[in-house]
Amino acid sequence: MSTIKLNKSSAPKIGAEQIALLEKLSNAVGVSGDEGEIRSIVLETIKPFVDEVHEDAMGNIIAIHKAKTEKSLRVMVDAHMDEVGFMIIAEDEGGLYQFETVGGIDVRSLPAKTVWVGKDHLPGVIGAKPIHLTDKGEMDSTIHLDTLRIDVGKDPGGKVKVGDRATFATKFEQSGSVLFGKALDDRIGVVTLIELLKHAPDHIELQAAFTVQEELGLRGARVAAYGLNPDLAFAIDSTPSFDQPTWDGSENTQYNTRLGAGPAIYLSDAGTLSDPRLIRRLTQTAEKHAIPYQFRQPGGGGTDAGAIHLRRGGIPSVSISIPGRYAHTAVLVSRVEDWQHGLALLYHTLLELTPDVLSGER
Amino acid sequence: MKDLIKKLVESVGPSGFEGQTRDIVRAAVVPNKSEVDAMGNLIVRIGKKGNDGLRIMLAAHIDEIGIMVTHIDENGFVRFTNIGGVYPRNCPGGRVRFTNGVEGVIGIEKLDDPGKAFTLEQLFVDVGALDKEHCPVKIGDVAGFERPFMDMGKRMVAKSMDDRIGAAVLIEVIKQIKTTPHELVFVFSTQEEVGIRGAQTAAYAVDPDMGISVDVTATGDTPKGLKMAVSVGKGPAIKVRDGGMLSDPRLVKVMVDCAEKANLPYQLEVLEGGTTDARAMQVSRAGMSAGCVSIPCRYVHSPSEMVDIDDVQNAVRLFVELLSHPIHLE
Repeated sequence: MSTIKLNKSSAPKIGAEQIALLEKLSNAVGVSGDEGEIRSIVLETIKPFVDEVHEDAMGNIIAIHKAKTEKSLRVMVDAHMDEVGFMIIAEDEGGLYQFETVGGIDVRSLPAKTVWVGKDHLPGVIGAKPIHLTDKGEMDSTIHLDTLRIDVGKDPGGKVKVGDRATFATKFEQSGSVLFGKALDDRIGVVTLIELLKHAPDHIELQAAFTVQEELGLRGARVAAYGLNPDLAFAIDSTPSFDQPTWDGSENTQYNTRLGAGPAIYLSDAGTLSDPRLIRRLTQTAEKHAIPYQFRQPGGGGTDAGAIHLRRGGIPSVSISIPGRYAHTAVLVSRVEDWQHGLALLYHTLLELTPDVLSGER
Repeated sequence: MKDLIKKLVESVGPSGFEGQTRDIVRAAVVPNKSEVDAMGNLIVRIGKKGNDGLRIMLAAHIDEIGIMVTHIDENGFVRFTNIGGVYPRNCPGGRVRFTNGVEGVIGIEKLDDPGKAFTLEQLFVDVGALDKEHCPVKIGDVAGFERPFMDMGKRMVAKSMDDRIGAAVLIEVIKQIKTTPHELVFVFSTQEEVGIRGAQTAAYAVDPDMGISVDVTATGDTPKGLKMAVSVGKGPAIKVRDGGMLSDPRLVKVMVDCAEKANLPYQLEVLEGGTTDARAMQVSRAGMSAGCVSIPCRYVHSPSEMVDIDDVQNAVRLFVELLSHPIHLE
């Protein structure tokens, strides 16, 4: 049972406590399939606020905040715990390792990046050839993954094994309302979902799913949604902003989202055509509470909603993301304002959610 | 039947936004009751499963390919992305109609190299807006390609024969079938063009013993065209395989025997690319016997898809024959 009563009249705030938790989670390592560090932090944090919690066969955390009323809506809210990174696939010699990318990473962004390797977060670097020794022809050519190595400096004496994960060695930083981190995708969603659990309304059953292996193809969410069988679902994620001016000064028509323009509501991506009834409910709620929002430009990419909405007989779903620049590189840049507005929008939407949201045909 | 086909193909219903088309289907199947599920599939149930009967799901998708607005530029031009398999080469000079009725023409940027294939990002829709503020559409709005239904006698041309012609076939079957030993579950499915999504959830919910879809298939009968042994006008095509599934060979045999017994023309279809709702049904839950009857169609996924009325009517006859009797797979 919930033991902590909180004031539910206004949306929870993103303050020092939430940012500290994001820092802890962003600095922790949870490359897809190896989310244990993240899972431990989440479990410890949510325990006081949930009625039931368990870890399923895939490693998803399924946490339930029960409704205090009869015939309540069962609402799944999802955020993925995993992050993109690397897997060690072979040892060369003297602390040099061949590796594969885990999830979508542009190999061109890798040379000269520092990394943490294995359970001990051993420091390493994806080496780049010194400019002194590089000729013009090499500088113009593409870099391929099989020519890159993770270098931990010297033989670490069995501390690194084939199958170990590695990730970018980026420490979380805050500069005013700007947040920098390696894994804001999707730890920013994880902290948002924790806040929603803390401030869960009593008239719905809130089914929180902290999922695994999103970056490998929405694998955790697929089984979580089947198991939960909710009436409807929201996926909280992080989405790229590519809103910088174009190099030739022409109008930027492919920005995906804009930093500072509020949380991004999904209309359509490669995996989901969001349920129009849920889009409508989100925009109505945003307008009622004067919460800024933007639509993510329809296009490719996807979130856990892609797997959730196709389970069983169909689950009405929509995604909402916090925008961030430089997704799936060593550092993602997001703003507290967008995060705060995203949390407020989800909080009010859940608080005011009634079964009539699904009346009428999609 | 042509009146119904005209109504169906002229409605705007890109994947995920099938409401207008669904309303036409719903009106056409009266007095049969219909229901709509979470994904927007319209479902009509006929008959009870008798001792020698099966629960059979019959699916035709009511969505079509189209476009969705991604950006309105500072001069009121509309940038867009595809819904389903839109070929950029079929777009310039074409017209679109949004679900809110707004019409537009598709323009193209000046190409640096006209010999190089262009992408959808180089195209835009001009809705006649004088400026950004007066643009009558917004990000997320969807449109279908706009062409009137064209009746050439035997041949008919329209923008969304894929797969409104399949919907027309199933509506006719519903009207004509007198008795059946089966529980027939007709699913007018959604979101096929974006990945067989509506049929996937419907198949789970309906939990049938057998699944058959009706869709269009490509043909090999045009100048220097595809190598494919299917022609327009030579009968409905019984699918053997496509890019996403292998039909149950026992079901293929039942359909072939049925066509021969009823003296109906038919062709066998081996399609190398593409797939249909039967793919999702076949692998739903513990699996089921699945197949497909295809209407041969030229210029698939262009704004001018061509089918033959005889193929359509023979497909209806084949289904009525097939579904009026017990089905035994051997």
